Amino acid sequence: MARLTINAAVREVDADPDTPLLWVLREQVGLTGTKYGCGIAACGACTVHIDGVATRACALPISALGPEQAIVTIEGLSPDGSHPLQQAWLALDVPQCGYCQAGMLMAAASLLAQNPSPTDADIDAEITNICRCGTYNRVRAAIKQAAAGGAAQRG
Amino acid sequence: MTVHTALSRRSFIVGSAAAGGLSLGLRLPLTAEAAAAARQPEVNAWVVVKPDDTVVIRIARSEMGQGALTGLAQLVAEELQCDWSKVTTEYPTPGENLARDRVWGSFSTGGSRGIRESHDYVRKGGAAARQMLVAAAAEQWGVPAAECTAAKSVITHAASGRSTTYGRVAEAAARQPVPTDVPLRDPKDWTIAGQPLPRLDTADKLTGKQVYGTDLTMPGLLNAAIKACPVFGGRLASFDAAAVAKMPGVRKVVKVDDTAVAVVADTWWRAKTALDALPIVWDEGPNTDVSSASIADTLRKGFDADDAFVGTAAGDAKTALAAAGARIVTADYAYPYQNHATMEPMNATALFTPRRCEVWVPTQNGEASLAAAAEAAGLPIGRCEVHKIHLGGGFGRRGNFQDYVRQAVSIAKELPGTPVKLIWSREEDMLHGAYHPTTQCRMTGALDAQGNLTALHMRISGQSILAAVRPEGMQGGKDPVVFQGLNGGGAEGAFAYTVPDLLIDHAMRNPPVPPGFWRGVNLNQNTFYVESFMDELAHAAGQDPLAFRRKLMARHPRHLAVLEAVAERIGWQTKPPEGVHRGLAQIMGFGSYVAAAAEVSVTGGKLKIHRIVAATDAGHVVNPAQVERQVEGSFVYGLSAALHGECTVKGGRMEQENFDSYDVLRLAEMPAVETIIMPSGGFWGGVGEPTIAVAAPAVLNAVFAATGKRIRDLPLKNHKLA
Repeated sequence: MARLTINAAVREVDADPDTPLLWVLREQVGLTGTKYGCGIAACGACTVHIDGVATRACALPISALGPEQAIVTIEGLSPDGSHPLQQAWLALDVPQCGYCQAGMLMAAASLLAQNPSPTDADIDAEITNICRCGTYNRVRAAIKQAAAGGAAQRG
Repeated sequence: MTVHTALSRRSFIVGSAAAGGLSLGLRLPLTAEAAAAARQPEVNAWVVVKPDDTVVIRIARSEMGQGALTGLAQLVAEELQCDWSKVTTEYPTPGENLARDRVWGSFSTGGSRGIRESHDYVRKGGAAARQMLVAAAAEQWGVPAAECTAAKSVITHAASGRSTTYGRVAEAAARQPVPTDVPLRDPKDWTIAGQPLPRLDTADKLTGKQVYGTDLTMPGLLNAAIKACPVFGGRLASFDAAAVAKMPGVRKVVKVDDTAVAVVADTWWRAKTALDALPIVWDEGPNTDVSSASIADTLRKGFDADDAFVGTAAGDAKTALAAAGARIVTADYAYPYQNHATMEPMNATALFTPRRCEVWVPTQNGEASLAAAAEAAGLPIGRCEVHKIHLGGGFGRRGNFQDYVRQAVSIAKELPGTPVKLIWSREEDMLHGAYHPTTQCRMTGALDAQGNLTALHMRISGQSILAAVRPEGMQGGKDPVVFQGLNGGGAEGAFAYTVPDLLIDHAMRNPPVPPGFWRGVNLNQNTFYVESFMDELAHAAGQDPLAFRRKLMARHPRHLAVLEAVAERIGWQTKPPEGVHRGLAQIMGFGSYVAAAAEVSVTGGKLKIHRIVAATDAGHVVNPAQVERQVEGSFVYGLSAALHGECTVKGGRMEQENFDSYDVLRLAEMPAVETIIMPSGGFWGGVGEPTIAVAAPAVLNAVFAATGKRIRDLPLKNHKLA
């Protein structure tokens, strides 16, 4: 039995210690917004936050995690889709098939938390998630729009 | 807003309904008739109007990211003249379609046909519903229907000052006679169609609420992981189920057909873990000597073979090319295997009982899924049903090919009464694709003393998709789809260039690697060959590539118009910035005219694509915002193939098993894309695919301009530019 703190709630999960966090989230906790894409941390569809840092959950065994670490999934990014990135994504109508978008949003949210005004080069370096439909340019625009909104709020 | 709601004995819903968004209802187990009854009141097959004026528009084609759900709803809503803010959508099931004499037509979603093939009858569905709603109101008021008007779901009789809403008369409308004369609105009067409206399916894709096939859950659901023989044409010899039977969560180890074995467990992770531990012996079959090199060799031999099918011909190209005095330019090209690599791996969920089989599946063709389910279940098709789910990418992998449906049903048959969700691992997905076919091409052209192209022979050698997957589409042994974009004329993909002596032919060579329809299909390699070689010919003639093409395109003004449009926007006649070089390409495919111009630089052997301008003439445009997204996405798909994508064969199997060895375009490499939408009217073209084909030649012609290196085989990663 492992204790994990997921979206601010402590959960007891009955899973083998080798089980990747992704599958615990999806199959034990019922949070299916985080997606399986590759299983080798190459595509980013499974990106979650661990203590605020974007982390690929498909290759991270739960044995590496303790209850003191804050795991946040797409379901916990905001209670109602109101995170500035979700709002920018909605305004620019970013998703196509949508399968990779939770991972994109989580990677972008981590980037903005650490770097509120990322340059194009920063976005290039940090957003390495795969999208096959082709949303990249709108992902970039939405990150900038959310960053600009944050900058305006900070005055 | 519900995620997992009411479970009753007869039906339950897995899905979500966002405000103004998509309602995805999955019913279990429910007959087609009962499902239809539960959805009353419908005005007609396409339109349901609820008492609160919510309009439910039925969408037969699948949403896989391309935006057809929104575009098709716009077409119906345009004719219905309903309040767009109250529009929701739903998929009718393939079983209902069969039970109602295919009232929704084809469910097939491929070939960029979603809108262009169904615009007429979906608009008529909306228009007929409007007429019935108006007739019902007129009847209640005792006035002629012709005196009533309808707009934004409100019907008005101006003379008497009366008005009502669609919701109030919907039930009466359903009893009205079905109109036989259903005129359609002129596209120039459109107010809903033709507008850059936001997609209907965005909100849930931002919060994790959108349910994909891999996310399904049901009471008692078990999960399956599968491995099929990795060598093409191989079979399952044996496996040792006892070795994993006691592993955590394992319920059953199942032989699937003659080729695969699956482990069923309580969770997918446990199923996969046990499958990885399962001792399996494969009978690798007859293809273990097949390699990329052996396939390339076979294809190369097709260059000189006599057994070629003629696609397009004029004059006598062979004689003209053999004549003394002509200046001959020749070059050999090649295009590799590609995997679709949808982000959501193949999956399907099946529930089998001896009397009934139901499948929940992300599919590009619900009716093909239904047929596959019935065949695998061994039940009459009327006892089977398929529930469609939005796809996490399709790109052609999930249409014609229903292997995962057959497998899921075969596994579920071993566990009657228990729903089983089969998910392929990424490795399984990479090893068992329906690959973009491989071909090679020998281009031979003759230039006269003035540098005019007087003769051209394009010999394609390689794989036929139809021969493998749809032999009924063959024409006397010839695969007509091989010649996509190269046709002598017609509405689908006419060849742009008028050459006095022209021969385009195909030596069919079919390696034992399963080919499939990969977004863009044969237009991809054909455009790479033609547009790269036109660039070669222009340089050989010492002419500007645009001017050289223009001379050959006088009979094809629409082809030329998109090419001129991108050339003008990129500033073709002006000098590019220092170190920046340009390339052009055009093609007609999937009924549309497209062109691209690229600006690139190559520094220290490293390519940077700065900017791409793309133009599309699709005749009519239903949603320009979605066309822009399809054009941008086409460059991601096309450039992934041009720069990175290649599945190589060794020992009769694919060598690439995941994204570590099968890389794709990522954000950092993505150029800025400017889209010019220039509908000229009078025809309906597709937009999901054609632009993919111009991505590689536009960029690689620019690479030639930058480096003098002509890239004649993909992907670029195999070439050094320094």
